[in-house]
Amino acid sequence: MTDGAKVWGLHLLVLAAVFAAQFLLPPYHATNLARIMVLAVFAMGYNIAFGYTGLLSLGHALFFAAGMYGMGLPVWHLEWVSVPALIAGLLAGGVMAGAVGVLALRTAGVSFMIVTLMFAQAGYLTLLYLNSWTGGDEGFVVASAARQAFGFSLATDTPRFTAAFVLFAAGLLACLWLVRSPFGRVMVAMRENEERSRMLGYDPFRVKLVALILSGLYAGLAGAAYGMLFGYVGASFATIQYSILPMLYVLLGGAGTVLGPFLGALLMFYLIDITSNYTDAYLFVVGAALVGLVLFAPKGILGTLRERAWRWLP
Amino acid sequence: MAAVIEARGLTRHFGGLRAVDGVDFSLEHGEIHGLIGPNGAGKTTFVSLLSGRIPVQSGTISLNGEDITHLPAHLRVRKGVAYTFQITSVYPRLSVFDNVALAAQSRGAGDVPAEVAQALGRVGMTGLDGAQAGTLSYGHQRLLEVAMGLALRPVILILDEPTQGLASGEIDGFKALIRSLVPQTTILLIEHNMDVVMDLADRITVLNFGQVLAVGAPDQIRANKAVQDAYLGGDHAAG
Repeated sequence: MTDGAKVWGLHLLVLAAVFAAQFLLPPYHATNLARIMVLAVFAMGYNIAFGYTGLLSLGHALFFAAGMYGMGLPVWHLEWVSVPALIAGLLAGGVMAGAVGVLALRTAGVSFMIVTLMFAQAGYLTLLYLNSWTGGDEGFVVASAARQAFGFSLATDTPRFTAAFVLFAAGLLACLWLVRSPFGRVMVAMRENEERSRMLGYDPFRVKLVALILSGLYAGLAGAAYGMLFGYVGASFATIQYSILPMLYVLLGGAGTVLGPFLGALLMFYLIDITSNYTDAYLFVVGAALVGLVLFAPKGILGTLRERAWRWLP
Repeated sequence: MAAVIEARGLTRHFGGLRAVDGVDFSLEHGEIHGLIGPNGAGKTTFVSLLSGRIPVQSGTISLNGEDITHLPAHLRVRKGVAYTFQITSVYPRLSVFDNVALAAQSRGAGDVPAEVAQALGRVGMTGLDGAQAGTLSYGHQRLLEVAMGLALRPVILILDEPTQGLASGEIDGFKALIRSLVPQTTILLIEHNMDVVMDLADRITVLNFGQVLAVGAPDQIRANKAVQDAYLGGDHAAG
């Protein structure tokens, strides 16, 4: 079997297994899986910037929130409905990432982390400040009239799972296509050696900006879908926690691997879900797991697997 | 012969250090041009100005008559000014294929795999395309660096110390490779190994303290008294 056949085979198999899971899992876990798929889309976007292009951002909560409010505000104030509102959220994430990128990509490394963090904090505070428009820290519920798509209510289990799955599958396949494309190769080249890439004729600023906008589109779509599928838009999704989470998912699953973000989101979600049943100090367990990860598999689960066995894994 | 690249009064100071100080220089179509000088003479700074890695303070650079003094480095590459690094600078974690493909696709090559195969063939690395670049021998990494330069199909290929660290047998192969590139490509060769420069170059420019000390054919440079004093020493002048 060629590497290409193995790659597509594996990813389609994973998608089939995830889709089938809704019929096999009890409703509680099926809903969890829908949530994980949406978070995985967010993490896939983070992975495009961080895992493939080497942009360590601490501001992705801003792009997630841009998508969520880009969807939610038109629903609230203009009575938009599901699909147009989701598209508005997708675009809001991309536009926000482009605007931040134009300024923040003048810096690199630690400065880039700090600048993106500051933009995200400014975004969070703006949401609170514009209380009358955004609902402030209380947020708002997405009207159930808007949560209808193609005759189904996205508030019910099967349509919600299906919608999450469609977005997840589209995101995964688009990501797989991207990283195997010529532009994907350039993103990796920029991560590995920016100066060398410049001397091969690539404009680092442009490449990184495009990667960040793609990343922002993913984050925006995920934020919009999260609000739409679970019915709530709130400023808590713009906090630093939502910048850290996708990074943890990506580090755990394997930065620079297509399936890593999903695997990381799945494991981290259940690690928190299970340990929080036993102890209030569940973050301690999460911390311990991360320390173990850094010590024994610094490239994440799939990154380590690729290094040791599956060299063909994208 | 027509000048492919021409520099006039090129200057770059770092604080009080006059790294490149009013250099006039021209590279003629299809020649192999050696650039030599003692350590710290400004050779690498000078080619960094030509390739756009460092901004020019004053002076002008033109490529085939077009002013490129303020063109960003990546656009100069697209116009055909390719630079291979002094310190081997391949992407160690990528495959040999990806390394060369990055160069080929940068100028919009139609059939990237064919271009990669051709460039690897030129440097004698056919069949190594699946290897991870970082696992190659040092000599192969230098050759890969040249293959990346070739895949850009440059007008001018700037080679910064290409034979540094190569075994003597590898150097012979390298010289044959460089000769095979002209006259389609014009070569600017920075080189410490005098035998290589004297053997390959049609003309040589000698830099010293950021200024041009002499320009001429290898024999003229050997015979030049100022060059001997500054750099070459009696052995080379006699040999």
